[in-house]
Amino acid sequence: MGENGLRIDELVRPERVHRRVYADPAIFELEMDRIFGRAWIYVGHESQVAKPGDFFRSRVGRQPVVMARHDDGRVYVLHNRCGHRGAMVVSRPCGHADAFECCYHGWRFGTDGRLLSVPLRDGYPPDRIDLADPKLGMVRLPRVDSYRGFVFASLAADGPSLAEFLGPLASSFDDLVDRAPDGEVEVAGGVARHVYNGNWKLIFENLNDGLHPLCVHKSSIEAARAQDDTSFSDGSGEIAVRQMRQNGAPWDFWEREVGLWAYPHGHSWLGDYHDDARLVATGTDPAFADYVAIMERKKGRERARRILSVTRWNSNVYPSLSFMSQFRQLRVVQPVAVDRTEVLGFCFRLKGAPESMFRDTIRFANITNAVASPVLTDDLETYARIRAGLVSDGTDWIQTSRGLGTDTADGNGGMRATNGTSELHIRNMFDAWADYMRGGAA
Amino acid sequence: MTADIDTRPFERFLFHEARLLDERRFDDWLALFAPDGWYWVPLEESQASPADTMSIVYDDRRMLEVRVRRLMAPGAHALAPPPRTSRIVGNVAVESADGDATELSSRFQMVEFRLDRQRLYAGAARHRLIRGPGGFRIAWKRVDLVDCDGMMEGISVPF
Repeated sequence: MGENGLRIDELVRPERVHRRVYADPAIFELEMDRIFGRAWIYVGHESQVAKPGDFFRSRVGRQPVVMARHDDGRVYVLHNRCGHRGAMVVSRPCGHADAFECCYHGWRFGTDGRLLSVPLRDGYPPDRIDLADPKLGMVRLPRVDSYRGFVFASLAADGPSLAEFLGPLASSFDDLVDRAPDGEVEVAGGVARHVYNGNWKLIFENLNDGLHPLCVHKSSIEAARAQDDTSFSDGSGEIAVRQMRQNGAPWDFWEREVGLWAYPHGHSWLGDYHDDARLVATGTDPAFADYVAIMERKKGRERARRILSVTRWNSNVYPSLSFMSQFRQLRVVQPVAVDRTEVLGFCFRLKGAPESMFRDTIRFANITNAVASPVLTDDLETYARIRAGLVSDGTDWIQTSRGLGTDTADGNGGMRATNGTSELHIRNMFDAWADYMRGGAA
Repeated sequence: MTADIDTRPFERFLFHEARLLDERRFDDWLALFAPDGWYWVPLEESQASPADTMSIVYDDRRMLEVRVRRLMAPGAHALAPPPRTSRIVGNVAVESADGDATELSSRFQMVEFRLDRQRLYAGAARHRLIRGPGGFRIAWKRVDLVDCDGMMEGISVPF
């Protein structure tokens, strides 16, 4: 028996979960402590703090943090809170500063979080205010690490290393970064933010759910199918229509041609959904031909071919991040309450690639991540209906059994689902969830 | 701003457009756009271009046709039941005029109601209108929401 009378084993079964895991505020509070208080949480990308003094505001769980690059070249992740009276120090979403200054009484902090100066310092008892006391600064998160430029932080001093945490999922970051001819990616194109009325777990379930597009996205699929392709497009509508039609691939396609892989700590990816031949950026697009030529020149023909042959769609890094390489998109998931979740969408530019590829990245983001997208709005409506439905106690259980018993080991420490409509990734997330919630490190 | 131009014909056009949207006559609204017209709701204040920064909406003609077809079709989940809207357009000014082309600025406030919830939107609009034999056509429309970079729930209706 855990806190609040919770018995994790009574909430999570191999083939079903109790509705309380999506709807109970007490469980949400425990998740903030045991999952978001322990796991590696995505904070930002190093390109967002390229120069010393650059900073970017984010959250770890519900806690406000600042990612900043200091004079020593290192990236720090700091609690965004003044050591004096507790005011949030940094209010701008991002920017550049030599030091951070609290608006309330002017305490100043270095971009590494150290307390630099206190106005009228003589008025404090000398044994109470020691500039060297890290608790009086902007407190550093206990652990910060990055993988190929992607910065994660943990509120727990102990636990698996970031490399152990990511495991085979690290190869999805490789897939994204290796696609850059110059070997680096950078965040560009703004931040697309939206909030939905539903539990944070829903978006991770949905992003790798190959069964939902034909139902949830029926209206945009049909509208795109009926579209006259001779209508004027500057390229953006062409990408949008193609993606909406792709969502309408028949169930047979999702079952036969799409793969789903799941790994320890709740991670997963959906594969084989798209390849370059199915995307707008095909051989008929001169910019893509230029890109392939640049890749071959910089990386060699064989290596370039290997890099571009990876056909992963969304990779989910539980419990804070989902990203995909083919259109260079990344989504950060930030829980607000048991039934409210904020999502931040980012785009990446492949350094050394033709600029028109980044324009395609923007076009794709507008149709998938924009708050007014005719695709996304139907996902958000679905989350809200799940929230409304789970109020019912007609039955307590949510079914997660699709494909159960047919998963196979992938030979890489993970499991491969029989096909792309499996609920393997959901069961896998709840395995990690149960372990975190029992006090483990998943 | 071009003060000596009579704004009334342009106001009548904008009021007509607002009415079509509030009456959910989206296909009639689409017909106001030129064959290569576009509709843009930027994500950032003073956003210079839809090409290298994301947008809340950036529809070229082809995508605008898809959007309108979905708005008119029964069964889209986020539109069942459909939102009702009521908008006020004002502060109409002619920013520039060149032959048949006129660029307008205006302000709007729009209330949206759906499923027991009311939301308020506000912002500035820019229209580039081309006068032709059949009246004005929209070459492009840009809508800058006051909360463009704010945390927002799904938006299903055009502004």
